[in-house]
Parts: sequence; C-alpha cells; structure tokens
Amino acid sequence: MNFTAIDAWWWPYLFILIAGWFATDIWRYAGVLLGRKLDETSAAFMLVRSIATALVAAVIARLVIFPSGALAETALLLRLGAAIVGFAAFLLAGQKMAVGISVGLAILVTGMLLGF
Amino acid sequence: MQKPPEPAASQGTHLLWYARGMRNIISLPAFILMSAFVGFAGFARESGIELAHAAFMTATIWALPAQVVLIAGITGGTTLAAVFVSVALSSVRLMPMVTTLVAEIRSEKTRTITLLFLSHFIAVTSWVMASERIHRAPRQFRTTYFAGFAVTLTSLNIAIVVLVYVFATGIPVTVLGALFFLTPIYFLTSLWATARHRLVKIAMIAGLVLGPLFHLVAPEFDLLLAGLFGGVAAFLYDRKFPGDTRGSAT
Repeated sequence: MNFTAIDAWWWPYLFILIAGWFATDIWRYAGVLLGRKLDETSAAFMLVRSIATALVAAVIARLVIFPSGALAETALLLRLGAAIVGFAAFLLAGQKMAVGISVGLAILVTGMLLGF
Repeated sequence: MQKPPEPAASQGTHLLWYARGMRNIISLPAFILMSAFVGFAGFARESGIELAHAAFMTATIWALPAQVVLIAGITGGTTLAAVFVSVALSSVRLMPMVTTLVAEIRSEKTRTITLLFLSHFIAVTSWVMASERIHRAPRQFRTTYFAGFAVTLTSLNIAIVVLVYVFATGIPVTVLGALFFLTPIYFLTSLWATARHRLVKIAMIAGLVLGPLFHLVAPEFDLLLAGLFGGVAAFLYDRKFPGDTRGSAT
C-alpha cells in the first residue's frame, strides 16, 4: 500500500492524512493534554522545557553540520565558522540577534562566493 | 465568550490582540520560515509531487522535517505503515514544545478544544517566536495573540508553496544557501537571547553537542536521543549545582 497503490484521486490525500497529518498531530495533541495539567513554575515543566530546548538545539546542530540542499556542497568548516563567529558577535554585541545573524550570514556568503 | 465590563480597557479586545499577533508576520523569523518553504516548494516539485498534494501536506502537517520525510517515503515507493512510522518519529519533538507553549498561553478559562486546535500551528519557528514574544500579551489574550500570528503564518506559507511551485525558476545556489543558513543562526541567537533561565542555556549546549554525536551513531533517532539525554542531563545538572542567581523555578 504505497502512494500510488490505489488509482483514485482521493488516495494520495488519504495517504498524506494518515502518514502525515495523523503521525504529526498525534504528538501535538499529546502535548496539549500534558501541558494542560502542567504548572509553568513546576519542576516537571522545567524538565519538559529542558528537553524541548535540547531538541531544538540538536535541530540547529544538524542544520549546520549535516545540511541538505544548497548548503550540502559547502565546506563544513565554513558553516561551523560562520555559526560560531556569528554567535560570538551576537554575545559581544550585548545579545543583539541582528548582529549575530548578519555576521554569520556575511561569513557564509563570502565563503561561498570564494568557492568554499 | 463573555468579558467583564472593561475595567482593563487599556488591555484591548480580542480583535485587537489578534491583529497584534498577525503583525508578527512582518519580522525576520517569519521571513526566514518563508524562505525555508520556498526551498520546500522547489524540493516538492523536483520530487514529482503534485502542486495540490504539496499544498495539502503543508496545511495538514505544518512541520518541514515531517514533510520532507513524507516526500522521501512517497518517492521511494514506501508503504503507508513504514512512512507513518518514520514521520511519527520525526515529529515526536513537537510534544515537549507544545507542552511548554500550552502552559504559557492558556489561562484558567481556555478550553481544551481551543488548545487542541491551536496546537496544530506549533512548529519549530512558531515555537521559538512564540516563546520570545508571547509575554507581550496579557494572559487572557494569549491564545488570541498566538492564533493571530500562527494561523496567518501557516496560511501565508501555503500560499508561498503554491506560488513558488508555479513560478519558481532557477534561484542562484548562493542565495538558496544563505536562505537555508538563516534558520539555524536565527534559532541559535533567539533561543539564547530569550532564555529566561540558566537551565535553558545549559540544555541548549547539551543539545548542540549531543545532536551531532547521536546523528553519527543513530541518525534516525538523533533529535529524540539528544533531546531526552541532553534535556534530562541539563535538568539534573541545574538541580545539583544551582547557579549564583536563582534556583530552579523561573
């Protein structure tokens, strides 16, 4: 039963609903039911927040170190350098996001134009 | 929904807060997400996915990694059950994100059905943005504020997928690369800048270090493992060595 198994207009939509919508929103709904009972100041909340943050941080690292698409052809050192120097600039500028983002981007684009 | 006879007239109405939420669309992070969906539309088209299907998955899934996993499954001729499992695995991360955001946006009167509806619009970007900005709204207007922002963001990106799919021609690789790089650098600076507690920063560092390590060992489960181990380790560390400022609660 794959995406082209049934030759009807509705089958791809049903496929997307089951393998896409349901597989994703099931976690969102579970999150709601859990979050409804959680106090924003409780230790349990802080633990879940910690897990969510570590997850997003892992997403960041993946996007920089193991990217797909146009970035996949650039050098790892260039991407790492752009992210690290950008973040350092952000810290030095008193946590101004615009500074960190522009510095990081400027390094990346310069590197790409130079062929790294 | 009845409102008390306006003692807090300065705090405004639901319509006003919905509009204030919408206004967040004109912002750097929203622009970053839109450029990511420009990339997605191109990817869907190259993969031979029909326009209507690409738009439909954006509306019903609203999580880029899950959409990419789904398309990979479709083009690989994978069975429904197998695709379901891999998409579900890629989406577990949404649960703790929804849990923390829901705790921040609900008030005592918020109905569960409202939260279930709104939860569909929570993905990484809207989570990072909402964590950063939700405190601008008074608690009784937070669901409205979030709806104004998040529902608009999703709708706009569905439109972007359609437009780019139809009109996209070759976008230069350097531009695409710069657009893709915006996402991690924005997440990195925004998460750090808005961390209201030391624990969040510790968890960030743990995730940044553990993510790539787990990716090498178990690429299918890297985010999940990094989140669980990194998150729990950061939490325990923060408990065991309370900082010089505050203990554990916010």
